[in-house]
Amino acid sequence: MSTIDASAGGRRDRSIASRLSTYIYLRPSLLLLLLLGPPLIWMVVVYLGSLATLLVNSFYSLDDFTGLIVRQFTLRSYAELFTPSNLDIVLRTVGMAAAVTLADAILAFPLAYFIARYASPRSKGWLYLAVLLPLWSSYLVRVYAWKLILAKEGILSWTIAHTGLSQALQLLLNLPAIGGPSLSLSPIGMFIVFTYVWLPYMVIPIQAALERVPKSLLEASSDLGARPGETFRHVTLPLAIPGVVAGSIFTFSLTLGDFIVPASLGNSSYFIGQAVLSHQGTSGNLPFAAALTVVPIVIMIIYLMVARRLGAFDAL
Amino acid sequence: MTDPLQIAVRFEQVSRHFGDIKAVDEVSLDLLDGEFFTLLGPSGSGKTTCLRMIAGFDRPTSGRILLHGVDVSNLPPYERDVNTVFQDYALFPHMTVGENVAYGLMIKKTPKAERERRVDEMLELVRLSGMAGRKPSQLSGGQRQRVALARALINHPRVLLLDEPLGALDLKLRQQMQLELKAIQQRVGITFIYVTHDQEEALTMSDRLAVFNLGKIEQVGAPADVYENPTSSFVASFVGVTNLVSGETAQAITGSPLTFSVRPEKIRIVPRDTLPTPDEYAVDACVRDVVYLGLYTRYMMSLDLGGELIVIQQNLNTTRSEALSVRDQPARLIWLKNANRYLDEGGEEPV
Repeated sequence: MSTIDASAGGRRDRSIASRLSTYIYLRPSLLLLLLLGPPLIWMVVVYLGSLATLLVNSFYSLDDFTGLIVRQFTLRSYAELFTPSNLDIVLRTVGMAAAVTLADAILAFPLAYFIARYASPRSKGWLYLAVLLPLWSSYLVRVYAWKLILAKEGILSWTIAHTGLSQALQLLLNLPAIGGPSLSLSPIGMFIVFTYVWLPYMVIPIQAALERVPKSLLEASSDLGARPGETFRHVTLPLAIPGVVAGSIFTFSLTLGDFIVPASLGNSSYFIGQAVLSHQGTSGNLPFAAALTVVPIVIMIIYLMVARRLGAFDAL
Repeated sequence: MTDPLQIAVRFEQVSRHFGDIKAVDEVSLDLLDGEFFTLLGPSGSGKTTCLRMIAGFDRPTSGRILLHGVDVSNLPPYERDVNTVFQDYALFPHMTVGENVAYGLMIKKTPKAERERRVDEMLELVRLSGMAGRKPSQLSGGQRQRVALARALINHPRVLLLDEPLGALDLKLRQQMQLELKAIQQRVGITFIYVTHDQEEALTMSDRLAVFNLGKIEQVGAPADVYENPTSSFVASFVGVTNLVSGETAQAITGSPLTFSVRPEKIRIVPRDTLPTPDEYAVDACVRDVVYLGLYTRYMMSLDLGGELIVIQQNLNTTRSEALSVRDQPARLIWLKNANRYLDEGGEEPV
């Protein structure tokens, strides 16, 4: 060991902090380890680990007599998914998720387009705030607020009654699969609330995607003879699709897994989230609950593969 | 006056204001059919705004723009028979090179067979045959530039607008592309309107050019004409390098206080005892600084009268050490009287 000579060219008084910085600076792989270590531990152990456990559990089964879990590989839980009543739950949930995603995309696109293209930097900040503000309050509070709005004695029914449209509302609520005794107890109500609570998750990615489209591309398209509608179809929309897909991953998967909204606004028919809750809780059928949870995961994988095949990520 | 049929683009008293800023201020200009015309000027001089108004991306606050005799001031870009090559190329990232070039034809719903034939033709013109299947992100800067050119030319516009298209390329490639652009322009025979702040580029390619400053046109003419006979001190110093002499110094040299410009390459450095001919001016000076630049050497000369002149001498026989050895030496500067250009006062020579 030798001490650093003051005349050797390096700076003389080196604090511990600067020595440490230099030590790390000269070892990039150590830096990488320090940066990625904590998140990787979280991701691999906690997140992927529990996913793996879930997957393993879904291949076990429940002994009907003892109520104990039999740790033996079987596809019984998966077979059970295809009984009519369970298939109903899956289709109902997927249908709702698809409808909510579509509605959110249609609502979010013009808003995101306005924020990205027309809003001044100042109003952009305010619009961001307006989109994100609902996320500051508890999700439960917002769902219950909507329950009050949609209730039979709520403000929405009151307004509808005063505009003389009660008949139309009644007709809507009388529709077989989506109606119910009131808006607050029907799939229509759930659809409204789902669309509302997940909307910000659709606006932000679309806006980010549109923000990345240079103005000169739109000018080039128009310069080459395309009318605004054609420019939108051939340039803006294809370049915004990755944002729509990113947003739809949020809205779709959040709806697939939710059990609060169906529990507070739904009728007696279950959604996947509720079914999982009741199977792992009251009936203690963990393997079947796990198999039910695998359903949204598989649906998302298929969805992403189709989106990729259709070229949704080409512009990334 | 020129035959009105030969005028490709006409600016009639065109102004474009952004709030209080007069980006373009009462510009009137005629561009002829088939010429390579350059709008030259520093950034913020209004040249790009003029180009954008021809394309239709911007509309004049007042005045009219005519394309081949038709007032287009209020037509959107997609109704105009002009195409643009953008500074950042603006290639569609989600389309292949072939799809990018075919875009204009796809919009016009040209049959597929003809579309493919013309795309091949265009890619051949810009020497990118066989690249149709690539994505823009797989191309180099120079290649993207060519794709942008092919995409703009495929519609056979009557006027092609180029907005500093070579700005992002390195020097060698830029010089090569300048010659290529000029060759393509001569082959397709359509009007090119080229925006640049690079005076060398303007001199290399243009048939005529307009020098912009502060939203107004300072001078219009052929490159050699503008270089040799600048009509304002701005043009003299923006197009090439020049010496501007005024006041008492001018009086002492020419006998008149009129401001004049003299190009550095017109001046010779000679020993103090050399006598000028009657056609020449002479002035005594000291070499203050010498910059050896390989092709030529640049001398900063301090005049005994006060003030400085830049002189450029080609390194015909001088070596580097010889060129540098004259630092601080006294010398005499001599140049032909007719190399002087009188500016801002109507350009008349003194009596």
